[in-house]
This record gives sequence, structure tokens and C-alpha cells, in this order.
Amino acid sequence: MRIRLPAVIAATLALVACGGTGSPAAAPGGGGGGTVTVLAAASLTEAFTRIGQDFERTRPGTTVTFSFGGSSNLAQQITAGAPADVFAAASPDAMATVTDAGDAAAEPVTLVRNQLVIAVPKDNPGGIRRLADLTTVKVALCAEQVPCGSAAAKALTAAGVTLTPVTLEQDVKAALAKVKLGEVDAALVYRTDAKAAAAEVDGIEFPESAAAVNDYPIVALKNAPNPSGAQAFIAYVQSEPARQVLAEAGFQRP
Amino acid sequence: MPALLGLAFLALPPAGLLIRAPWSTLPQRLAEPGVLAALRLSVLTASLATLVCLALGVPLAWVLARSGLPGVRYARALITVPLVLPPVVGGVALLLVFGRRGLIGGWLDATFGFSLPFTTAGVVVAEAFVAMPFLVIAVEGALRGADARYEEAAATLGAGRWTAFRRVTLPLIAPGVAAGAVLCWARALGEFGATITFAGNFPGRTQTMPLAVYLALEQDVDAAIVLSLVLLVVSVVILAALRDRWIGAR
Repeated sequence: MRIRLPAVIAATLALVACGGTGSPAAAPGGGGGGTVTVLAAASLTEAFTRIGQDFERTRPGTTVTFSFGGSSNLAQQITAGAPADVFAAASPDAMATVTDAGDAAAEPVTLVRNQLVIAVPKDNPGGIRRLADLTTVKVALCAEQVPCGSAAAKALTAAGVTLTPVTLEQDVKAALAKVKLGEVDAALVYRTDAKAAAAEVDGIEFPESAAAVNDYPIVALKNAPNPSGAQAFIAYVQSEPARQVLAEAGFQRP
Repeated sequence: MPALLGLAFLALPPAGLLIRAPWSTLPQRLAEPGVLAALRLSVLTASLATLVCLALGVPLAWVLARSGLPGVRYARALITVPLVLPPVVGGVALLLVFGRRGLIGGWLDATFGFSLPFTTAGVVVAEAFVAMPFLVIAVEGALRGADARYEEAAATLGAGRWTAFRRVTLPLIAPGVAAGAVLCWARALGEFGATITFAGNFPGRTQTMPLAVYLALEQDVDAAIVLSLVLLVVSVVILAALRDRWIGAR
């Protein structure tokens, strides 16, 4: 489907590329070289794309291929045998799917944290200022099966707000798209997603989102075609320049 | 040999559903209220969409086949667009026209305070948009195969255009219409992309079976398999029943 196909293509390309460029150990610089395939949560799209470019620049000869999608969906792909080197999830639950199946090469580390905000169209037709205002307007939430949906449910429970959304979207980007199109007056999305779409939506912070902070774990995978590349990428995303990019995107340090 | 491979390629995935199905917990999973709600909504919206397609598609097919109007070739090309368009794109296009800020939807919202997205009616619209070309093409084919002289004879005997259509043409092309309606219904039942994009996803209101399958897969593979199995059984049973009744009679 929409999210799967690119991942399959990316994974296939990665296999082909690895076969073609020879063993990663032969690359200079110790660790790196070849292609590193990273499966990452949709909310990491903008930050990881930039970090990937920086990483490639510091290590000539290395290519990073990303496949972004819903974390749970990516986790299913990994347990089903998709050849990838690194997995970055938007929730420990999605990561647990991978570690429980024994597909991780090490213990996952928490890379960043993310919090929810209320995304509204620029003209804010619903006049929304706080979470309680959402009960009277059209709202899009993520489905509870995906991390942003379970975070929204936690935040709403913590705030004691009960609301009936008009739709439960399949991932955070889909919920945000409904705001951009003006079909809903508000959606609960990650701060980073609202920031990435700052030209079209405003993100309104609300205190109750502290009750639903999402940890983003990252791990190298056991069946990685390029294990040294996986280690190098994970080390790089935790370096100061990469942290800077993540902070600019709106992520918090763990 | 290639024929056998082709058969295996098409038959194996559904067989895989049967093999992986969690048979021991099947009864409990089927009894979950969400399953029934999604199934009821799917059958209801697919049937309504088929009715809409019949009401609009049969006259359209007649014009394409019989009228001999100049722009017919272009009209035929236009109706095949939803056929080749990825359904998600269809959903975005529908939002741009019927959405709250869309060309027609904006006017609907301002005048009647009514907006289609996120409603069951929106699901029917999305399904009808994607499924109608199947019906139009099938009915047009049947019309082309039917002998126009019967209609002319009816006209010489004093039947008006409508009477001739209703009493002569329609019975002639009934098997074609039935086949088109079945195709149309099956396509509407399986609709995913346009529905989730245009109508969103809310249990009992816009969450049809394919949407429920997709979301279940995010969390619980077994639940997704059970839902898929139900959809498979319903489509096979209904298609088989209709085939014996209508299409087989040809």
C-alpha cells in the first residue's frame, strides 16, 4: 500500500547497491561506506533527510537510503524480513515489536522526544486557544493504533477532555494534511510536524501534552546488510551537529 | 506452464489468508462489535454507490453508445480517467471539489451548512467515483452489442424514447447491466484510497472493511487477517450467488 511499496523498493535498491559497491569494510574512514538503509518514523522525515545529507558529506562514498512511514508498519516490515540497517521508531511499542522478534543487534537507545501540539489552519477558523476548545469544532486525530493516536488519547485523558473527532487518520502526516486542506479546524499532531508545515498551519502548545511525551528509540538491526554503516549512522545522529538539526525541527533531548 | 504459474500467483495469496488465519480465536474476534459495524457499513455504502452508478451510469452509457453526438469520443476518454487514476489521487481531487473549501463543497457548506467529507455520504461519493466507469463501460458494451433496429421498430410502432428504452432496450441489455453492477459493487466494496482520503476514517461512520484491515495491521496482524477473511468470504459468496442468478442466465 501507500507506505509499504517505497520501503520494498528502497530495500531492493539497497540490496542491489550493496552487492555492487563491494564490502563496506573496504571503505576508508573505518565504518561507513556503501549504502545504509534507514527505516524511520514519518515524523522524522524532514530532520533525518537533512542529517542523511550531512552524513553523506562527511563520509564520501557512503549513501543513506531512507524509507519513512508509520512506525508500527515499518516494524512489521522488519519482522517480515525487509533488509534494513537501522530502525528509528516514534514509540517504544513499535520498537518492542522488533526487539521482541529478536531482530535488533543491540539495546535501542532513546534518540529524541516529541510532544503533541494543536495544529490549526493559519486563519484559525475555530478560534482555538486551548485543548478544551476542540470539543466544539471539527477535529482530526490519529487512530489509536499508531503512536500519535495513543499519545493524543493519553493527553485528552490527562486533560479530562472528551471529544468526538470527525476522523481517525492512519498517520500523523495524514491528520496534518486534513488541517492544511481546511477540512478540519484542528488536529493533534507532533510539534515537529506542525513546525515542518509552519507555512500553512500554526501549532498551539498545550500543557496537557506533557502527559504524553513520545520517546523515539533507534537501533541497529541484526540482519543489516551493512552493519558498520549502521553503527556509523547511529553514532552520527547522536553527534552535536545532528542534535542541532533535530532540535531545530522541534525535537527535545531525551 | 505460464498459465499454471499465473493461476498459482492469483490463488496463493487468498490461500495464505486461510492458512495464517487464527482459527482458534476466530469466533471471539468475529463477535467484536467493530467487525460487524465495519461490515455493515461496507455493504451499505457499496450498495448505495452501485445504485448511484446505475442511476447516472446507465443513461450516460446510452448517450455514449447511441446518441452519435460530436464530443462522445472525448466524453468516453474522460470517464475512463477514474479507472486509471490512483484512488488516493481521486480522493484528493474529490476533496478539492467537494471539500469544505472546495469548488462545489465550499458553496454547499456556505449555503446549506452541509459538507460531504467525513460522512457516510462521502464514502458513497468516493466509491461511486471510483466504481462508475466499470458500470458505464460494461453497459456501453452491451448497448453496442444490442441491435438498435429493435428500438427503431418500437419507435415506428409509436413508442416514445423513454418507453422504448424501458420496454425494449433495458430487457435486451439486462445481463450487461447486471454484470456491470456486480463489477461496480465489487470495486466499491474494496475501495480504500479514495475513501480514506476523502471520507476519513471513523468507526461506524466512514470506517469500511478495507480501512479497518489497514489500521488493524498497524497493531494486530491476526485481527487484520480475520477482517480480510470476512471481506473475502462476503465478496466470494455474493459474487457467486449473483453469477448464478444473472450472468449465468445469459
